[in-house]
Order: sequence, then C-alpha cells, then structure tokens
Amino acid sequence: MGSIDPTLLIASLLVASTPILLAALGELVTEKAGVLNLGVEGMMITGAICGFAVAVESGSPWLGFVAGAGGGALLSMVFAILTQFFLSNQVATGLALTLFGLGFSSMIGQGYVGIVPPDVPDVPFGALAEIPVLGPIFFSHDAMLYIGLMLVVLVWWVLRATRLGLVLRAVGENHDAAHALGYPVLLVRFGAIAFGGALAGLGGAYLSLVRVPQWTEGMTAGAGWIALAIVVFASWRPIRVLWGAYLFGGITVLQLNLQAAGVAIPVEYLSMSPYLITIFVLVLMSARKAGGRLNAPESLGRTFHASR
Amino acid sequence: MLTLEKRPIPSKLWSYLTPLIALLLTMIAGGIMFWLLGKDPFAALRTIFLDPIFNEQFASYARPQLLIKAGPLILIAVGLAIGFRAGVWNIGAEGQYIIGAICGAAVGLAFYPTESWIIFPLMVLAGMVGGVAWAMIPALLKVKFNTNEILVSLMLVYVAQEVLSKMALGPLKNPDGAGFPGSRNLQQYPSAHNAEIWAGTSIHWGIIIAFFAVVAGFVLMSRHKLGFAIRLMGESPRAARFAGVTPSWIVVICLGIAGGAAGLAGLFEVSGPSGQISIDFASGYGFTAIIVAFLGRLHPIGILAAGLLMGVTYIGGELAQFMIGLPSAAIQAFQGMLLFFLLGSEILINYRVRWSSAAKEA
Amino acid sequence: MTFKTLLTGTVMALGLATAAVAQDKTKVGFIYVGSIGDGGWNYEHNQGRLAVEDALGDAVETTYIERVPEGADAERVMTQMALSGHDLIFTTSFGYMDPTINVAAKFPNVKFEHATGYKRADNVSTYSARFYEGRAVIGHVAGKMTKTNKVGYIASFPIPEVIRGINAAYLHAARVNPDVEFNVIWVYTWEDPAKEADAAKALIDQGADVIMQHTDTTAPMLVAEEAGVMAFGQASDMSASGPTAHLTSIIDDWAPYYIARTKAVMDGTWTSIDTWDGIEPGMVAFAEFSSQIPADVVAEAKQMIEDISSGAYYPFTGPINKQDGSVWLKDGEIADDGTLATMDFYIEGVTGDIPN
Repeated sequence: MGSIDPTLLIASLLVASTPILLAALGELVTEKAGVLNLGVEGMMITGAICGFAVAVESGSPWLGFVAGAGGGALLSMVFAILTQFFLSNQVATGLALTLFGLGFSSMIGQGYVGIVPPDVPDVPFGALAEIPVLGPIFFSHDAMLYIGLMLVVLVWWVLRATRLGLVLRAVGENHDAAHALGYPVLLVRFGAIAFGGALAGLGGAYLSLVRVPQWTEGMTAGAGWIALAIVVFASWRPIRVLWGAYLFGGITVLQLNLQAAGVAIPVEYLSMSPYLITIFVLVLMSARKAGGRLNAPESLGRTFHASR
Repeated sequence: MLTLEKRPIPSKLWSYLTPLIALLLTMIAGGIMFWLLGKDPFAALRTIFLDPIFNEQFASYARPQLLIKAGPLILIAVGLAIGFRAGVWNIGAEGQYIIGAICGAAVGLAFYPTESWIIFPLMVLAGMVGGVAWAMIPALLKVKFNTNEILVSLMLVYVAQEVLSKMALGPLKNPDGAGFPGSRNLQQYPSAHNAEIWAGTSIHWGIIIAFFAVVAGFVLMSRHKLGFAIRLMGESPRAARFAGVTPSWIVVICLGIAGGAAGLAGLFEVSGPSGQISIDFASGYGFTAIIVAFLGRLHPIGILAAGLLMGVTYIGGELAQFMIGLPSAAIQAFQGMLLFFLLGSEILINYRVRWSSAAKEA
Repeated sequence: MTFKTLLTGTVMALGLATAAVAQDKTKVGFIYVGSIGDGGWNYEHNQGRLAVEDALGDAVETTYIERVPEGADAERVMTQMALSGHDLIFTTSFGYMDPTINVAAKFPNVKFEHATGYKRADNVSTYSARFYEGRAVIGHVAGKMTKTNKVGYIASFPIPEVIRGINAAYLHAARVNPDVEFNVIWVYTWEDPAKEADAAKALIDQGADVIMQHTDTTAPMLVAEEAGVMAFGQASDMSASGPTAHLTSIIDDWAPYYIARTKAVMDGTWTSIDTWDGIEPGMVAFAEFSSQIPADVVAEAKQMIEDISSGAYYPFTGPINKQDGSVWLKDGEIADDGTLATMDFYIEGVTGDIPN
C-alpha cells in the first residue's frame, strides 16, 4: 500500500479550500455588519457561471474573476434591497436567493457545458518553486490563491484596526446605537452584503476556473453551506476562518487520499466528521464562555428600521 | 423622498392585498423572462398557475397531487413557525425529516414480512421520536452550553444525509434488491404502507395530520397559555423572563415540536408517496418549509395557503416543462422570483409608505 | 377552491382522463433524474431523444422533463405525461423502477421503457447497456499504457454496475500486465466536479498514471490533463477536456435503441422485452483512440471490440477466482447474466474492500 505524501496533500488542500475560504470570508464581513445571508450557495454558483462565461468569451481568466465577483455582488444586492429596504426576513430571503441563484445560473450556463476555459497560470516563483517541500506547498499556485490569503489578512486588519472596521462592528453589535451615533447603518450594511456577495462570487469563479476548470450545473454542491458553517466555526474571526476552511477542505481531501492509499476507512463517518467537529468546537467555545456571550454580532439577523 | 412609517397595528387590508400584488409582479417579471427564453409568456403562466387546478386533462389528477406535495411542507412549516415565533431558529428540519423517515422505515422493515395493524402506528411513533431526538441535539446543546442552534441544526442536516446514504447502502438495503441501494418498497408491504385513505383522493395520513397540525398550531398560538409564552419570548425575552417563562423550556418545546412534525412528515413520505429509503430520498422539503413558514407569515392558516401555492408552482412547473418545453432551471428561477416578491411586499402590511418633502433625521 | 371540491373533483379521477385524444403524431416522453447539461448520463439520454427527432422527423413529438427526484415526484410526472397523451415514456434512472411499474398499471395503453431496472410488465420494458464490455477494452489499454503500474479508479456508489466495471477493467489490465494495481476511490456521488477532481488528484499523488472514472463530469479528465497523466472518459466523448490525456471514452449511445423502440410503437410491433445490449448493436461505443496509444495496442483493442461484438469473446470468461481465492468461473466458463446483474464481489487481484 502506498503512503500519503504530506507535501502533495497540503498543496492540494490549499487549492481545495480556497473557494470556501473566499466565500466564508465574505460572509464573515456580512455577518459582522449584523446581516445573516443564507444565500451564499446561490451567490457562489452565480459567480461560478458569470466568471466562467466571461473568461470563455473574453479569453481572460482575470476578467472572469472580476465578473464572478460582480455577478455575486449583483445578486447579493437583490438580498440587500429586500432585507434592508423592504425589511423582509433574512433567513427566508437568503434561502430564496439560493433557489433563484441555482436556477438562474443553470439558465445562463446552458451554452457552456463541455467547454474548457482559459488556463489560469501559476505565479512564476522561479527557483523558489524548486525548493523541496516548501516549493510545492507555498510557491506553486495561481495568483488567486495568494489573493485569497491576502484578503484574510486585509479583512482581519480592517476589522481590527481601522475606523471602517469599527463602524462595521458597531453596526453589527447594535444598529440602533450606531444609528444614534450618526453612522450610516444602511450604507454600511449594503457595503458589507455586497462584499460578501463579491467574495462568494469570486469563490465560485475560482471553483469553475481553477479548481475544476469547467461548468457543471449545481457544481458548488453545497460549498456555500459549508462556508456558512465555517464562519460560525471560526467564531467570526478572520484568521480562524482560514483554519476552518483548511479543516473542511482538508477532511475531504484527506478522506480521498486515504482511500487512494488503500487505507480502509468508513467513508460516511469521515464525511460527516467536519460537521460533527464543528458542533464539538461550537460546544467547547460556548461552554468556555458560559454565562458570557459569544463573539457573534448582537444584531445578527435582526431587521433595522431607522425612522423612529 | 420615500419614507416608511410603522403602522400602529398591521393592516388587515394589505395583508390580503400584498400576496395578490406579489403574484401580479411575479407574473410580469416571470413573463418577461419566459418571453426572453422564446416561450409564450401567457401560455407559460397559464400552465404553471392554472393548469394544475383547472386543466380538464390534468386537474382531476393534479389537484389531489397538490395535497401530496403541499402536505409535508405544511406539516413541517407549522412546526417550524412555532419556534420562529419564539426566536428559536431551527433551520435543520431537513435533517429531522430524514431521521424521522429512517427511524419509521426501520421499525416497519424490522417487522417485515409480518402483517399486523400495530406496525403502522409503531412506525408513526418511531418517526416522530426520531425527529424529536434529532432536534433535541441542538436544543440540549443550546440549553446546556448556549450553542448556536442555527448552526448545529444545519450541521446535523449534513450528518443526517450521510446517515441516509449509509442506511440506503447498508443496513436498510433491500436484500432482494439485486444489490442496488435503497430499502424495500413499503408500498408493497401492506402493514407498513401509508396508503390512500379514500380512493382517488390521494389523501394519506400525512395530509390529515398536516391539516390537524394547522388547526392545532392555530389553537396553540392564539388560544393557549404556552402559545402566549412562546410569542412573548420571541418579542421580548426579558419580559418573558419577568412573566415567569423559562427560556430553556421554550427552546426544548419549540425544537421538539418542529422536530416531531418534521419527523412525522418524513415517516408519512417514506411509507407513502416515496415508498422507500434511498440515497436521494431527501428532496429539500425541510428547507422549502422554512420559506413556506415565512411566506405564511408564521401563521398556520397563512402557511396552509403558502404550502398550497408552492405546491401549485411545483406541479405547474413540471407541466410547463413537458408541455411547452420550459427548462427546469427557468422554473426554479421563477420560484425564486415569486418568493422575492412575496417577501418584499410584506412591508406594506406593517409599514405605511409616505412621501416626505424634507428628509427628517431621527 | 375548497377542500370539498377538491375531493369531489377527483372521484372520477383517473378513469376519465386516460381517454386522451388520439393524435397523429407519436408522442414520446423522457424523464431524466438530473440536468441535460451534466455532460454525462442525462446528457447522453437527451442526445438519444434528439436522435429520435432527427430520425423520425414530423412523425414524432418528443418531450422531456429533467431533474425529477425519484419517488413520489417521478410517479406524478409519469402520470401527467401519460394523461397528456404520450404513447411511449422512457424513464431513465434506476430509482424510477417502482413508480414506472405503478403508473404503467394504471395506463395499459401507454408503453413504458425503464432504464437499468429489473421489473417488467406487459407495457413495461427494461433496457440497459453492458458497459463492462467497454471497461474490458479500456482495462486492456490501461494495462498496456501504465508505466507506474498503478491505475486510479474513481467509483461512484458500490452497486453491481460499478463493481462489474472495476472487475472487468482489472481483469483485462492484469492479463496483459500482471504487475498492475488498481486504486479505487469511492466518492459517493455521480456528479460533483470538485470532489471528482480531488479524487483524481489524490490518485495521481499516489502514483497512478492512468485514471478511469465511473462518475459523470469531465473533472477527472481535466485534472489528468493538467498533471500530464492519461485518462479514460465516461458516458460521452471527453476528448475536448483532455487533448493529450484522453486515451478514449466509453460512450453511452442510446440513439439506436430509442429510435428502434419508437418505431416499434409507431408500427404496432412493440412488446415488453428486456434488453441488455453491449458493443454489438452500438449501445456501448468508443471515442477515437488517442494517437499516443501504440498502433499494436490499438489493433488489439479493436480486435477485442470486434470479438466481443461477434460473440467470439466474452469479457468474463473463466478461469476467474473471487477476491478471496475461491473459484468463481471454471476454465472456459462464461458468467451468466444473473450473477453479473447482481455482482457484489471483487475478483482475485483487486485490492481493498467493497464498502459495507
């Protein structure tokens, strides 16, 4: 029986985790602003087809990524208008968004089945990529993967150290108080929802342009829901989103690698393990903070109306 | 500019008008979409909304089918709505539905091929217990550790789906099924079959229970002390505490009711219309029911109407596919649009739209 | 619409409605479990439908409905198709078996064709393809082509159809290359490009230089192309996804069968039959063999195709032992269809266990 090469395992784990990392990071910002958007799956799949279609038509994967982010953001605006202007329930609207996104993407995608999109090149690191172990892990990927990692740091820094981050968190914690302080609650939330949509769309485009360069209906196959789980798993902290994405992406990759190496494993139990681990982690976190409160934004999911 | 002003009490008039407005807007937007796809928009809308109920070729069959499709949605949604009223966010009804179906079917299959009147009641009980047990996981974690029930219940949907595929491929696999996944067909096992009660009506026990749930939900929420406590907790947890309501109890009860209803829906589905535990048994009723609950404004009667409306679009959507060649993706997008308009228009019930010349800052 | 009118309206439900208006055109319906854009199973069935339209022109009208969940929804869709005057309905997924039988019993004048099932009735035929014949051929090619002696196999669900494919491919690979080893990954899905891609990567990381898939998307082919290894396509011609990686594809070609059965309905010769066709009538076909396969290997493969086609050779011909070493087929013995249809064991030499 073969054994698993950890270098290759980690390298493929990084790629496998990028779509859910991007989507989860976007949702984290949305939720930090106090908005729960369950439509991540719908925005991801819309980003996947928009990115794919534009990349194929234009021949440029970079335009594709921009279009993927744009498509996701545009769809998220439907959610923003409904929940922020029309004060509809966020849970139901998010679910409707997923339903719509899945149908809409299949409709656009009908002409794109079986086409191979333009290649996304790896970043030329030259000699760095030749370093044993470190080379394949760190220096053999496409640019979007690194951009994803940079976005994690950026979001962490903005939330932690900038005025924008402060306002965003204030809006998410207590929208009435934030409004009283003169912060533009609606504007901030629109921005946060759009950012969440854009990153979900980008994650979708990464899926259809890099991870599996093709278009298949419903190809996100639940990745958007996993992204939602990761946000809570990470207790709304950007750096932990990274670990969460690696855990969720990693278990699938590990499971498949174990099988490939001929290790007999009960697949179902391994497949359900990330979800059980998330529940376990949640319990641990909640138990430790028993009596206190979680890191969850206080206004999460609540409707805001300012005319009082 | 336009401003919104909260109504002192929700408008009765608008609560009847908004669904009609939403339907009209959906027909316009959907009609445009169908037209862009090169189909006759009027024919498409007629097929989706009217043919399931009025087309003489189909309606006599499609009308009872409407109940088959709407039954589980209504049953699950009524259970969920009670929790939503209390601010208990169970979005894992899909998982409770699956586990209810597995438990109920397992009990039935354990008796195979014995025939006895007691088997079906035992299955119903097992289905309900399965759903409740699955819902108790998020409930107890919430009560004990204050763990977020949205996430736990959602995670458990995925766990349930893995359990389902394990059961279909393993323990519950039909020994006479030529090695294919999927259990024995309960429709062919009279003691376990949730059959049509009156020939030609398609009405099975699940639909009776769904209607019963609507009535029970209505009585509970508007006439019973517990319903009052649930609503109070949803509107003001602090006030509820002062009024002597124990939040932990409400959480457990709400998740228990929702889990039980979802488990029952799963059991009635697997022993009736669906017939067997298979890998693809779960078809999203648990998630759609969340939307149905909100479309019905968390009110049992509203849910009844919303469930039937969803049923019409499903059945009409199927007709539209093979009658006029609309792609199923277009129908899915159309359903999404319908939900957008219905959810968005609700604002008119609770708010008044005003023109104000000078934007006054609050 | 009240509850009462619902009830009364349905008393005469099915009886009346079956009297669908007689039409000049033969109306043929197709029910798919997934989307016709999947590029695999459902796509090929829809290609078959289009071929019926091409071949029979104005004499037929075809309709289809996609993404129909198995169970109650399928039964309703079939009933509505029957009510709307369809003469022939193809139900193209294993899980439609019981619904097809149920609906067929209510509409004795409508003909049904159920793919991959084993229950028949006077107006229900079953049909399936001997994909394992194709797997035998690509197994032979894989055994010749692999340099690392490792073949990666992406399997969907542990059902007889898939197990049969693994056995057929391994048997013929091992005959020409005794050192060959098969690594099987069960992905528990027919269609999840990301998972299939990860599985292909894992197999390649393990040293496999030939990838076979029994899942529907082109993702494994794309990964093989990128990694510079070889791969076989499944269900449809996947050469476009792997210009250099692609060795050949097993193609599900339902067109000849669909056309023949539709014609049979038109001229009144349709009877209930059980069809399990392979290479010979063209239900199992191959994409073009890649130019990187040496000419002698291509010749061997083509000879094998011809022999299977003519009946000179059966892929499962003894001596073949089961995985545990016990005898399955004695020397010269040919596997019977019953055993093949329910195959739940690996043959000798395949490593690993079938899940469950």
